[in-house]
Amino acid sequence: MAVKVSLKVNGKSVAAEVEERTLLVTLIRENLRLTGTHVGCDTAQCGACTVSMNGKAVKSCSMLAMQAEGADIMTIEGVAKPDGTLHPMQAAFKEHHGLQCGFCTPGMVMNAIDFAKSHPSPSEQEIREALEGNLCRCTGYHNIVKAIGAGAKAMAAGK
Amino acid sequence: MGAPLIGARVERKEDYRFLTGAGQYTDDVDLPRQTYAAFVRSPHAHAKIRKISLDKAKKSPGFVAAFTGEDFAAAKLGGLPCGWLITDVNGQPMKEPPHPCLAQGKVRYVGDQVAIVVAESVDQARDAAEKVEVDYEVLPAVVDGSKATAKGAPQLHEGAPGNTCYVWAIGDKAVADAAFAKAAHVTKLDFINNRLVPNAMEPRVAIGSYSRADDSYTLHVASQNPHVERLLMTAFVMGLPEHKVRVVAGDVGGGFGSKIYLYAEDVAVTWAAKQVNRPVKWTCDRSEAFLTDAHGRDHHTVAELAMDKEGHFLGMRVQTTANVGAYLSTFASCVPTILYATLLAGQYKTPVIHCEVTAVFTNTTPVDAYRGAGRPEATYVVERLVETAAREMKIDPAEIRRRNFITAFPYQTPVALMYDIGDYNATMDAAQKLADVSGFASRKKASEAKGKLRGLGYAAYIEACGIAPSAVAGSLGARAGLFEAGEVRVHPTGSVTVFTGSHSHGQGHETTFAQVVADRLGMPIENVDIVHGDTSKVLFGMGTYGSRSIAVGGTAIVKALDKVIAKGKKIAAHLMEAAETDIEFANGAYAVKGTDKKKMFGEVAFAAYVPHNYPHDKLEPGLNENAFYDPSNFTFPAGSYVCEVEVDPETGVVKIEKFTAVDDFGNIINPMIVEGQVHGGLTQGIGQALTEGAQYDASGQLTTGSFMDYCIPRATDVPSYQVDTRVTACTHNPLGVKGCGEAGAIGAPAALMNAITDALGVKDMPMPASPQAVWTALKNKKAA
Repeated sequence: MAVKVSLKVNGKSVAAEVEERTLLVTLIRENLRLTGTHVGCDTAQCGACTVSMNGKAVKSCSMLAMQAEGADIMTIEGVAKPDGTLHPMQAAFKEHHGLQCGFCTPGMVMNAIDFAKSHPSPSEQEIREALEGNLCRCTGYHNIVKAIGAGAKAMAAGK
Repeated sequence: MGAPLIGARVERKEDYRFLTGAGQYTDDVDLPRQTYAAFVRSPHAHAKIRKISLDKAKKSPGFVAAFTGEDFAAAKLGGLPCGWLITDVNGQPMKEPPHPCLAQGKVRYVGDQVAIVVAESVDQARDAAEKVEVDYEVLPAVVDGSKATAKGAPQLHEGAPGNTCYVWAIGDKAVADAAFAKAAHVTKLDFINNRLVPNAMEPRVAIGSYSRADDSYTLHVASQNPHVERLLMTAFVMGLPEHKVRVVAGDVGGGFGSKIYLYAEDVAVTWAAKQVNRPVKWTCDRSEAFLTDAHGRDHHTVAELAMDKEGHFLGMRVQTTANVGAYLSTFASCVPTILYATLLAGQYKTPVIHCEVTAVFTNTTPVDAYRGAGRPEATYVVERLVETAAREMKIDPAEIRRRNFITAFPYQTPVALMYDIGDYNATMDAAQKLADVSGFASRKKASEAKGKLRGLGYAAYIEACGIAPSAVAGSLGARAGLFEAGEVRVHPTGSVTVFTGSHSHGQGHETTFAQVVADRLGMPIENVDIVHGDTSKVLFGMGTYGSRSIAVGGTAIVKALDKVIAKGKKIAAHLMEAAETDIEFANGAYAVKGTDKKKMFGEVAFAAYVPHNYPHDKLEPGLNENAFYDPSNFTFPAGSYVCEVEVDPETGVVKIEKFTAVDDFGNIINPMIVEGQVHGGLTQGIGQALTEGAQYDASGQLTTGSFMDYCIPRATDVPSYQVDTRVTACTHNPLGVKGCGEAGAIGAPAALMNAITDALGVKDMPMPASPQAVWTALKNKKAA
């Protein structure tokens, strides 16, 4: 049965008609055509689908679109400034080569931004533990860890 | 002109789009009037198909069409081809049983394709696929390669008696046996190189479309080599002319080998698109990927090393059973032979090597090249043997390596390869220093004081990259050339678009290749764009695998650049009324020797496209050149890795305290990208040794079919790495480059297992060294 959902995505109000079984990630990718949010698994392990919901990083493959009714969602497309300038966390990933194929990257960045809000100067161990729900097959995490450390500091400094 | 771009840590041109969600992976592509496909797959490892009924599926909401093996047979679609012919020890060709796109009367592994169902949405396609009724007669299965040739084992293919694809050998057995007869010491190991699931983060996707307007097809597919995919699909499977088929592989989210191959789904959606006269899109989910992406490794090997009393290697004998799975995947046959046994000399002067490989079919997912492809297996054999030999002979493991290192080049190995250059002592020296090996004894004491075990292990690997000299590959059975193509299109105002047959799916070619081009042409990197991954744009290409992109693809671009620069010289000579021999090109300008007269590259390009003042009698207008490059030899990246672990004997948990990698990749274009490749390779190698391993139960069900039970390393499983490089420039390509994509995955498993066995004080233990396996090994040791 079709249901209506209304929510805010990247600052804009949107409404869509979806099936009850439709996942939030499907709404984002298929209905809204915001394809920066990726699907890398079907067991809520890889984190490629991570978005921000009401300021918290969530896996959009693990909830129904209906559950996001009224929510304020930010996807990777909404992270950079309106003029295209990268967010400090995005810039840190670029500077530290924290991405290779780029597929896990949006989820990594969304999780990292949420993490950095409460960890302005994280240790390597804290960062690694925070990445528990995000898998990357390319980078070996080495440069992602460096990027998140640098990005967190840049965010704290208000850059 | 600024600092040289070659060798600089240039930030990547591709990153902005990936960081802002603007990448265009295949699943991000949607075509007008698109339909969606789901595949009906065998739930059994081995079964006859008695009957398939589509009746209920046809009534499912949104159903568009469904096709089975019968439809494919009626349409005379061929099976999936194997690209490499191995000739067996008796001079007979390997057994190549049919590999149908959709099952023909029988299924041979869990996940084997039985039918394609097309519907209006993904969910409807899956719902309808669930309603396809297949009546199976289940047969006994064989999953263990070592049991496949046993008498009475279930037989997979009529055309492959004893489930044997081939028995192949290299080296002189009699000479090897003679070396063993006079040995002072022989070290022997019997081990499994565990089966791995590649797991690129982007699952495979294929969208077929067909246009009646011009009878042409387009396949969007997550592929590492779109031209090869097109060649195989058109010429060998569908019988279509290549000019009517376009294959597009846009942004691809990692490959590691698993996206080299032509898969059944790619053919099925392309063919189905014509039948339903609408685009057909299939997106693999992770569970499907575990079952159907070609797996890697899966060797059972017995290996022996013979030495004199000082530990000089006298000979090596290796017997390997390679499990190739249910069917031959695209390059399955060359991985456990040409890419494996030829590397068994490693970095050493072992005078004689004999290796025999038996490739067998089993009721498991097909096995093919996965990052390293044969070379990790070879390195594991050599480096586990060498380390074990050192321990048995009480010689320092670095010292025994140094005693046997090849030090004079070029060097002809006894297993067909000719190493052009290397300096293995240099990488070993640097690795030992960076790893602080001299401080290990005191760190071990400190660990012991805490009740922990500490171990250190080396791996000194070599690989053959820059695949490959076509004539050599051809003589070894390759059914395709292995050159690369490049095109440099100079625009009228001097900016440049470069088309390469290499494919980038994380490697950063858009940056690295642009550095080479901008450097050679003396222009800012912003003036150069690299295009790849579309057969309608790129003239040809053999794609990306085997760490070949910069060595082969990069060289093709350099050769095209040479032609551009040479033509520009003629134009510049005309413009400046000078002899061509007096023109020099440097820093983006053509200058007349000994004068201050010069023309910038952009001016010359403009003259080529606005040829008002132009040597029309000698030259065509325009500035656009292409080149094909076929290498004269493989390249031989090599390095030394040192791994240090601490093991908790109470829990069996292994912690990697330090991992040091010093590689010789020849000249380096972008050290930042190279380091990233090493980090990623090391992590996949550590994954093989510590956390990963595909497991089948006796009935052929994959029991490690998700990220919940097949553990690819997470951030907490691996350390930060210490990496460095030493350089001996490749002697036979103009950039002096060797390739860096696979090294980490090749060297890491042996280094880690050498460290773990050192810590535990055991001769050997199986990969992955899970806490349970480590704990069990310690318990067994105590009991013994």
